[in-house]
Amino acid sequence: MPSHSLEVPEQSLGLVSPQKVLIEKPLTLACGTVLPNHELVFETYGALNSDKSNAILICHALSGDHHAAGFYEGDSKPGWWDHYIGPGKAMDSNRFFIVSVNNIGSCFGSTGPTSINPETGSVWGADFPSLRARDWVESQKLLMEHLSINCWAAVVGGSLGGMQAMRWSLEHPDKLLNAVVIASSMKLSAQNIAFNEIARRAIKSDPDFCDGNYLQEGKTPLHGLALARMIGHVTYLSDEALGKKFGRELASGDFVDGTEDPIEFQIESYLNYQGDKFSSNFDANSYILITRMLDYFDLSREYNNSPVEAFTRAQCKFLLISFSSDWRFSPKRSQEITDALITAGKNVSYAAIDSNQGHDAFLLPNSRYQAALGNYLSRVADQLEATQ
Amino acid sequence: MSQNFSFISSWIQSGSRLLDLGCGDGSLLSGLTSTHNIRGYGLEIDPESIENCIARGVNVIEQDLNKGLDNFADNSFDTVVMTQALQAMRHPHLVLDEMLRIGSECIITFPNFGSWRTRAYLAFRGRMPVTKQLTYEWYNTPNIHFFTYSDFECLCHERNIKVLHRKFIAEQFPDNLLKSLWPNLFTETAVYHLSR
Repeated sequence: MPSHSLEVPEQSLGLVSPQKVLIEKPLTLACGTVLPNHELVFETYGALNSDKSNAILICHALSGDHHAAGFYEGDSKPGWWDHYIGPGKAMDSNRFFIVSVNNIGSCFGSTGPTSINPETGSVWGADFPSLRARDWVESQKLLMEHLSINCWAAVVGGSLGGMQAMRWSLEHPDKLLNAVVIASSMKLSAQNIAFNEIARRAIKSDPDFCDGNYLQEGKTPLHGLALARMIGHVTYLSDEALGKKFGRELASGDFVDGTEDPIEFQIESYLNYQGDKFSSNFDANSYILITRMLDYFDLSREYNNSPVEAFTRAQCKFLLISFSSDWRFSPKRSQEITDALITAGKNVSYAAIDSNQGHDAFLLPNSRYQAALGNYLSRVADQLEATQ
Repeated sequence: MSQNFSFISSWIQSGSRLLDLGCGDGSLLSGLTSTHNIRGYGLEIDPESIENCIARGVNVIEQDLNKGLDNFADNSFDTVVMTQALQAMRHPHLVLDEMLRIGSECIITFPNFGSWRTRAYLAFRGRMPVTKQLTYEWYNTPNIHFFTYSDFECLCHERNIKVLHRKFIAEQFPDNLLKSLWPNLFTETAVYHLSR
């Protein structure tokens, strides 16, 4: 265990650090724009085996980044999927070489709206080309080549991450053995798109948004982005989880007669804190770009709108996981994916896990989730190690 | 299980598509995958069973049979199997119909409530039978419909279901004369192979 000022918990990767690579091969995006090159920031955990067969790709969701597990020097909180990545965990860094990349269009160091457009010499800002999930897959494929990996043992993702895993299985069927699709969907519902549009409108309504040119103007639409995140955040949680965590507890003030101290509920204080924390960390143009990418995703659009026809292309095995209180991507969405895979004759297992944590459950500890994912990947590792 | 398995496997075509309703730990599917190269899926709701299936590489889908099987298309499987679960279904006759809609054939095993053991238990003790096959007390049993092999034959007849094969298993009377003379008395587990 590396030395660390904090006490590193058991089964933790300890200190980790990101790497950066300039992908020099041009990337043609679905919208037609060609990125002549692009930078990717990523982290890896565990060791690549001699035949490079034990690699897992982690696909992040809307606001995710490359820091999925372990700690940065001086940080008290680990990466966003640390409950499930590490030595002896469901995604076991003792057995797998785990690759976690920040995708293009995001804002944590990989090429995106805050990067310099080589053609103009100034930041891309709102002019960054529109993206599709398949663009992330193609960029990840270039990283795969850079790492000399020929086939992923598994591509794993929750939410938008699960969409990338499914897209991988259709675009590069011979480049992955397993796709793990968690709390995801084959396409967004009208309600999903509605929430995303409210979030985008919140950002655009901030006077500091400046039509997306806030960086050039030296401004940041903190207020709008915070509001967008607050809206999103509520949809990631369940009524029950919010009730349990906050109820009607007050953060300040009280209802005693004769007092008129301003009242703030715990939930208000929590949401405002989450919104402000997020807006100081994330880029507004990235948020608009990636929510649109979610809206545009439709797994079977070019397969006659038939999920079965789409999945007929896939060659990998699938694990599907959903959470009962997830109303963003409900268990029904995962059941639809499972049904299409069965009809297409693919190998698939599906665990519909009881949880009161809403969509966020895919990030949180849960023993059934842990067992389903862990058992599945442990078998994958057993098979890889048997052929070593 | 082993005698069960040998009957069931003798009715399964090599390479066929198989759906196991209430697949437990997946041992039937896992066995038939190695002996008959089947493409199988199991439905299950018990978390521990699901984890076991995943661990042994059996395709397992978390789905409650009592909530219907609408998500499976007509004739989408060669054989639909249900072992020792029909008596626990809310509507066994509808489940049977669904099995024969989804599969061209189906295989069902169930505990025979007409065996001499359960009859004797009820007759002499005056209490609901608790036997090796039926281990629960009346108040906590998941088995909510008790029926005998004769009842099942009647149901098949009423619903125009063809019995392709029937086999009777009795631990204490393997293949002896008594079982062939009075199957309803000496059968503990009945195994049926059905089609429309």
